[in-house]
Order: sequence, then C-alpha cells, then structure tokens
Amino acid sequence: MQRWSRFNIASIVLGFAFLYLPIVLLVVFSFNESKLVTVWAGFSTKWYVQLFHNQALLDAAWVTIRVGLISATVATVLGTLAALAMTRYTRFRGRMLFSGMIYAPLVMPEVITGLSMLLLFVAIGFDRGFWTLTLAHITFTMCFVAVVVQSRLLSFDRSIEEAAMDLGATPVATFLQVTLPVIAPAVFSGWVLAFTLSLDDLVISSFTSGPGATTLPMRIYSQVRLGVTPEINAVCTILIGIVAIGVLIASVVSRSREIQRVKDEQAAFAH
Amino acid sequence: MKSLGSIRRSFAPWADPKSVPFIAVKNVTKRFGDFVAVDDLSLNIYPREFFALLGASGCGKSTLLRMLAGFEQPTSGEIILDGQSLAGIPPYKRPVNMMFQSYALFPHMTVENNIAFGLKQDGMPKADIAARVDQMLKLVKLDKFAKRKPHQLSGGQRQRVALARSLAKRPKVLLLDEPLGALDKKLREETQFELMDLQQELGLTFVVVTHDQEEAMTMADRIAVMAHGKVVQVATPPEIYEAPNSRFVADFIGDVNIFDGTVSSAGNGTVEIATQSGFTVRVASAELPAVGANAGFAVRPEKIRVGRDRPACAPLNAAQGEIWDIGYLGDMTVFHVKLKDGKVIKASSLNAVRAVEDPIGYDQEVWISFDENAGVVLKD
Repeated sequence: MQRWSRFNIASIVLGFAFLYLPIVLLVVFSFNESKLVTVWAGFSTKWYVQLFHNQALLDAAWVTIRVGLISATVATVLGTLAALAMTRYTRFRGRMLFSGMIYAPLVMPEVITGLSMLLLFVAIGFDRGFWTLTLAHITFTMCFVAVVVQSRLLSFDRSIEEAAMDLGATPVATFLQVTLPVIAPAVFSGWVLAFTLSLDDLVISSFTSGPGATTLPMRIYSQVRLGVTPEINAVCTILIGIVAIGVLIASVVSRSREIQRVKDEQAAFAH
Repeated sequence: MKSLGSIRRSFAPWADPKSVPFIAVKNVTKRFGDFVAVDDLSLNIYPREFFALLGASGCGKSTLLRMLAGFEQPTSGEIILDGQSLAGIPPYKRPVNMMFQSYALFPHMTVENNIAFGLKQDGMPKADIAARVDQMLKLVKLDKFAKRKPHQLSGGQRQRVALARSLAKRPKVLLLDEPLGALDKKLREETQFELMDLQQELGLTFVVVTHDQEEAMTMADRIAVMAHGKVVQVATPPEIYEAPNSRFVADFIGDVNIFDGTVSSAGNGTVEIATQSGFTVRVASAELPAVGANAGFAVRPEKIRVGRDRPACAPLNAAQGEIWDIGYLGDMTVFHVKLKDGKVIKASSLNAVRAVEDPIGYDQEVWISFDENAGVVLKD
C-alpha cells in the first residue's frame, strides 16, 4: 500500500475543489426553495417541476437532441471515411495538406468557424434554421470523429483484411464484415464525442441557427442574461446527471470487458 | 551425378521432363520504388509438391508469396497457375488460400465463424458449411473449441484455426507465410510433421515461406534458396545440403568449412586443389574447373574425422592442427581445430560410444581428415 504524504492529499483536495466546487454549488442550489440563487432557504424540487412546464426550454432541448443525433451520425460516417482514406492511402498527392486540414478545425477559434459558416449560408442564400445548424455541427464534429477513428486504424492489423480478401470477400464485403466490426468501438466513441460536442456547443450554434431553431445552451445563455434562476440550475443538474451516467456506463462496460478478456486469456493458456 | 536421395522416393516430378508445372513463375520482377524486391525470378512448382522458399529477411520470399496470393502485382513477368495466367486477378478470385504469419484471425468471430468465413463468401448452402466446418475442426483437433473467440485460445490453437480456415475452401494451393514462426520449439517440431501429414492426406500443393532452414529441410520436397530477390538454388533438401551450388548456399544451410585455393589438377572425375592452409584436397567432382583457377572446397563438420594418429591418406585430404575449443552437445561433440596457418575449422563427431577412455582434450595435437567424396568444389 502506498503512503499518502500530506502534500499529495493537499494537491488532490485542491485540484478536485477547483474542478468540482462550482458544479456542486450549482447542483445544491437547484434544490433551493428560494428564488434567489445565492440564498439558501430550504430543500425543494419545485424548480424541476416548473422546468417541465417551461415549453420554450423543452422545445430547445428537443431541437438540441435532434441536431445532436443527426449531426453526430452524419459526422461519424464522414469522419470514418476521412480517417480510412488518410490511413490507407498514405502516398497520395497532397496528403500532408489534407491531414493538416482535417486537424485545423480542432484548434480553429469557434468564432471564426461560426462566422465563416454564417457568411457562406448568407452568400448562397440558405435560410438559417434547423438545417444550417445541423450542417455546421456536422462540419466541426467530423474532425473529432476522424481523429478518434484514425488513432484506432493506426494500430489496426491489416492482415485480417487481406485474410478476408484471400478467403474470397470483395473489398466491400471485407469492409462490412471485418473492418467495420473491428473498429466499431472507436467509431462508436467518435459518435458519442460528436454528440456531446454538438449538445453543448454555443458559439457556432449562435452564428448558424435561425428562428425556431434555438438549442438548449442558447436558451440557457439568453435566460441567464436576464438573471440566473434556480430553474436554470435544475436544467444544468439534469444535463450533468445525463453526462455522468453516460460516462459511468461506458467505463463500467469497458472495464468489465477488459476483466473478461484477461480471464479468457488466462484460461486459454492454462491448458 | 549420383542421386543424393529424396524425401519421397517415388515423388520427383521436377526430374521428369514430361511433367507440367502447376505454378509457373516466369521472369517475375517486383520493384518498390528503387528497391528491387524480386529480380527476374523463374520457378516451377509441381502438383502435390511441398515447396519451400527459404532465405533471410528481405530476400524477396514474402513478396513472391504475396504475388502468388494476389496482394502484390508483378512489375513485369507473369505467374501461371494450373494453365491460367494470374495477371490482374484480384486475391478474392484466386483459387489459392494463404495462412498468415500473424494468423490474422478475425477477432470478433468465433472459431467456427472464422473457418466458415470463406465458405459463406462463396454462398455455400448452410448445411454444407456446417458439415465442412465440422470436418475442418476435427482435422485440426479443435472440435471442442468451436464457440471460442481467438483471444480465448493459446498460440498453438490459434495456429491450427488459421490452418483450418485456409484449408476450408479446399484451395488448389496453400500458401504458408512463416507458419510456425510464433510457436515455441517443441510445438514447432510437432507441428512440422503434422503439416507434412496433412499435405499428404489432402494431396494439395503447399508453398511455404520460411527463414528457418531446419523447418524447410524437414518439411519440403524441394527448397528454393533465395537471396537479393533471386533464386540461388532449387533442389531437394539432401542436394541442397550435400551439393550446394555456391558459397552462399553452402554457408547459408548448416555449418560448413570452406578451404580456398587453386586448382592444381583436374581430370578423371577428380579435382585437386592446393589450399591456402598448406595441404592438398582431392575431391570427386563431375564438373571439372580449369587448372590454375581459384576454387573453394566446402566440407561439412560431420564429414571431418579428428584423430591423434596420422591418417593413411595423408598428405592428401589431411592436415595437422591443435584442439582449440570443444563443445559437448550430448549426442555429439563439436571440435574447433586450429590448423598450422591459423584457420579454425569445425568438426563434429557422433558420441556413439558411451564411455571413451582418454578422450581428445584441449590443446592436443590432432589430425583432421576426410574422404574424397566428403565435400564439393565451389567455383566462385
């Protein structure tokens, strides 16, 4: 057993406090009886009840989920294809440029991405609304998917694809029956990442959405400008809860898989 | 030249001018940029032959195998299989199957689905697939492991799944890329014989790539020794070992002592070489090099006798030296003998007698000697 020095304990406490104190405060005050966010007046769940009567907020949530699902799915397809192209065809002309251009949006300030898309939509006369919003989300999330899938493909044993072709599978059959199932976990994490990014994006959404397509982060932000209400705290607590459960499930699943795999391997070599 | 024997006495289609090769590699060259992996190579492989491509890494043996499988296209030349050119035919349409060095099992499929994969691609009826998978599992003795996934198997079991999968479609030719490379020594030796039995039983043509000469010698009917993208010699294992055609092959296969010198006489089926070690070698040879030419004499360690007494044949085929090192291996003893000119040669003798009185020891003066047909003349 390792011994804990005082210094280590202090570092951990400070670090976690720094990360989670604001969130804890937010969660606690979402259960506040008082309308004043900073004054504690007893426990209540009335803000959660009120939340489900706030049609504007519910509409925003519905828009956010639809945009997230569509954009994450399309971004996953495009990002996976880009990753495949970059790991498979390592010698085409302009590969460096292409791969650099895939990574650039990751570090590009969102304001610039948002503004440039706005200019494009205006220039081609595309009415801003749900679809422009979705297109913008596809654009910025697909690079993240490409990066996640590409890192998986780098460690991918290509001889299994050759084996499939050797056994008579056409390139399409090889991709569907061998490549895709093997890289599926990475594709799925890419999807989850894209969905999460889409869910909490504010800047790009503000530039590219139009009337009738307000996302939850946009709605929260505009309400906060009129003053923070405990209702907002309640929304945020629900969001935090959803994210936490998602992370928990993902890590439990991968952990139990890992344990099962180690067990299987030990069993295989035991005899 | 006298026959040096072969693995299967009755099986020698390469010696029969009327037999038709099953695989004909014709002047195949493969370039990767500036690098020439396979250089104007020609080979014939006959039906039901167990053929080995042997060479160090980078000699082009794997590239040649990959061209047979269809993963690489020759830069020039052509490959003919069973009378048909393979040019432009993709891997999934070739009647050959390959067993990969890494086994390349599909990690997300069970053993039986791995084996059934190729059959499903052909659209075989389900009942037939099940029957064939069953048969293949029995063949490689894995019937109890049908529902397992590859990571639930040991290395030896994975190797057998890979073999079963590559045999399931009953290919005309099975290509094996370092099939036993990942197994430990004992398992490797067992599996060598299993592979040979399997090949006999199924009557298939096997082409195996290996860098392990013992593996090639044990399993193959004929071996092609490769270097720098070219075939140096194609022959049966005994011929390769006893009659290497070049210094490279003599040196590559097994241990060898090479004495350099000049040809002092040649005729009547014997050649005499005055060696730089100060003694003359007289050797039986069908090919007679010109008198005065440089030549080498290659002789294997087990063909050299070591003794304290001056042999009857001296001064021909005999030289004096002292024992420099002794390696006792149990079944035999390896002597390193330092000759008068400083050259150290290897000689090995079988320990056929259990308790030898006064065995040869370190620093002792000894004679080495060998028979007239103990070695071969190397012209290069």
